[in-house]
Amino acid sequence: MTAKKLGLKQRYAHMTRGLDWETTYQPMDKVFPYDTFEGIKIRDWSQWEDPFRLTMDAYWKFQAEKERKLYAVLDAFAQNNGQTNLSDGRYVNVVKLFLTGISPEEYQAHRGFAFAGRHLRGVGPRVAAQMQSLDELRHVQTQIHTISHYNKYFDGIGEFPHMHDRVWYLSVPKSFFDDARTAGPFEYMIAIGFAFEYLLTNLLFVPFMSGAAYNGDMSTVTFGFSAQSDESRHMTLGIEVIKFLLEQHPDNLPIVQKWVDKWFWRGHRMLGLVAMMMDYMLPKKVMSWKEAWDIYFTEAGGSLFQDLARYGLKVPKYADVATAEAEHISHQNWAVFYQYTHAAAFHTWMPDKEHLDWLSEKYPNTFDKYYRPRWEMWAQMEKDGKRFYNMALPQLCNTCQIPMAYTEPGDPTTIAFRESRFNGDTYHFCSDGCKDIFDGEPEKFAQSWLPVHQIFQGACGGPTVPDVLNWYRLNNGADNLDYVGSPDEKLWNQWMAGAVKAAG
Amino acid sequence: MTVQIKTLDYEPKRHTFGHIARRFGDKPASRYQEATLDVQATANFHYKPLYEPEFWQYDQNKTAVKMADWYKPLDPRQYYYATYNIARANMNQAVERSFAFVEERGLLDKLAAAARANLQRGLLPLRHLHWGANMNMTEICQRGYGTAVTAPCIFSSGDHLGMAQIVSRIGLALDGQTGASLDAAKAVWMTDPAWQGVRKLIEDTFVERDWFQLYVAQTLAVNGVIFDLAYKLSDAAWADGATTVAMLTEFMSDWRAEESRWSDSVIKTVAAESPDNKALTSRWAKHWIDRAVEAAKPLSAALLGDNGAAAEAAGEATRARAATLGLTL
Repeated sequence: MTAKKLGLKQRYAHMTRGLDWETTYQPMDKVFPYDTFEGIKIRDWSQWEDPFRLTMDAYWKFQAEKERKLYAVLDAFAQNNGQTNLSDGRYVNVVKLFLTGISPEEYQAHRGFAFAGRHLRGVGPRVAAQMQSLDELRHVQTQIHTISHYNKYFDGIGEFPHMHDRVWYLSVPKSFFDDARTAGPFEYMIAIGFAFEYLLTNLLFVPFMSGAAYNGDMSTVTFGFSAQSDESRHMTLGIEVIKFLLEQHPDNLPIVQKWVDKWFWRGHRMLGLVAMMMDYMLPKKVMSWKEAWDIYFTEAGGSLFQDLARYGLKVPKYADVATAEAEHISHQNWAVFYQYTHAAAFHTWMPDKEHLDWLSEKYPNTFDKYYRPRWEMWAQMEKDGKRFYNMALPQLCNTCQIPMAYTEPGDPTTIAFRESRFNGDTYHFCSDGCKDIFDGEPEKFAQSWLPVHQIFQGACGGPTVPDVLNWYRLNNGADNLDYVGSPDEKLWNQWMAGAVKAAG
Repeated sequence: MTVQIKTLDYEPKRHTFGHIARRFGDKPASRYQEATLDVQATANFHYKPLYEPEFWQYDQNKTAVKMADWYKPLDPRQYYYATYNIARANMNQAVERSFAFVEERGLLDKLAAAARANLQRGLLPLRHLHWGANMNMTEICQRGYGTAVTAPCIFSSGDHLGMAQIVSRIGLALDGQTGASLDAAKAVWMTDPAWQGVRKLIEDTFVERDWFQLYVAQTLAVNGVIFDLAYKLSDAAWADGATTVAMLTEFMSDWRAEESRWSDSVIKTVAAESPDNKALTSRWAKHWIDRAVEAAKPLSAALLGDNGAAAEAAGEATRARAATLGLTL
């Protein structure tokens, strides 16, 4: 043989893209029917740079090793009743939010990347997307196994798939992923691969895992460490996708910009749940939402968009509004859940003095002025036996599906309302960002399954709150309402008082 | 005497998730069950797909077969991500040992020219067929209904990519790591008349819209006829290389025995659901097995000089297998 031995890069190319062929017995457009309608133009798929070079043998080896370690920790956690080492029983509500709101989206990502892994015409991205599909299946399955032990002791966890398809606030993450899953393969890759996994992952995945680390949740944080190398692969795929699309054809820029604007805003709205978790639900706090936003979006995102500026891509529309909202969003969301605690599958509480002072310190511009007085008033009402519940069903934003409780940019005492007309109906929005998204695809967003509308239409078990809770399979008096007085609190206090009998 | 560590008893309130308890009662569930059952969303979807507005993204109508419960066709291997990867990592250790053994002893270099030529023509193009199978299993994963069936499909798609890569490594071992054999194998795949039936068959499966029909076509017909012909019935073609090939493709034999336990059981369960399902799956099985046999005949004739007899034999074995699954061909 005189031919030259292959380098690693060419060897990997043979192991992946060399497998593919141009079909001749069936037209390529029939084999790949979905990758043209979005208007994205690809001149040459072979210019795709593989973001990582992982053959299946190496994949199995690394992943199996990680799984062996992870499950050893999960077993030890269960055997040693690690749930009793948490910072406080309140912390479990973070786990509830995660399993009901995030894990089902890992599943959606698994199926979505299978879609991209079959239907992108280029073989390089297809292989990478398939591996991500496997990874996302890993994440949902390991999260279920991680949280399974908590479910044995705490309420609000046991009906996570049923609730995910029905409960009002879970339609926020569900509609987000339904939106991505029902888009074409390129939009999916920008929505989930780039916006979600690259731009926003440090504001979603990382806060949950850091919160677990700070609060004695060894089980979840071990999952987090184990998933870290998966996440960094996903990030490199996300950034490669956007660069590839922008390099392939100048006509792609406006399409990609529109998707980046859309998915940034949708992501920002969904992250409001994380903001609330960080500022209100962690007994031991990692950092404030505002601090996280400054570091991970303003700084890190800023340099990312500087890097992408050479392709003509601009910082997402309304990024400035989102940054201004970082002063408010966690407080406004917690206020919503506090008022509707009877209809939520996790517990709420009013912050104590130490917590209020922490919020005052972290939000010097807004907390004392707009939110602390409200919390103090509600705490006083609780003391007086007049705990405030909002029994009216809220109006929902037609795009993000969050109750219309957000305020006007620059005016935190006025609720923002926007609306559009489409086919003779009026649609309502919480913000310019959500209105723009609707106006860009009204046929799609007019279909939204809005939980409150559905309740009024009689599609959710009946007309009363107990009817609806029953339909949610939400165990009234256990899953919902305040932490204080809940079965969770009672059990936690028993454990802390040492009221546990010896086994056997 | 036994050693007894004293522990505290934290009495659980419940033993598993509600959806599992409704199926089996509130008792400790297996990790397979908790990772699989009812995990896919089933109701209250928000938007119709832009690419296929006639369906929801998860929609039971994407196949003509009907199941009262798509969590009936379970995986007898009880694979979830961890157990799947650990099983494959273990299988792959054997692959590494075999390649090291074969390379150390130069077993492929010592092959007679005829055996080398047959490997080049008959074995290496299989990497493309595995890639086609990977596309199909990925398609079933994305388009199918219910995690019980769809999750093992992405495992299978990873398996086919892995096997395509093992075949590629055999090529690289044959050509001194230059890749020349792989380029040649692609040309065979694209133009050699012996392979065109197989290539047409797999390309036709790419456009099959009914995902369960695709499942039958891939796991029963393509795996049963073409892959079994190649990996089980073609020893004579590899001549003095037969033992070496058997070592290097041990993964494929183990995989086939293992995956068919799952894929057969799924088909059996779906066919047993109703007379309609039985009629449909039987018709699909007959159609695709017949096609696979016709496609495989020129290949078996070219490699084995048997006028297609091995292809017929693979077809007969697959028809017999289908009959044990309750199908009437």
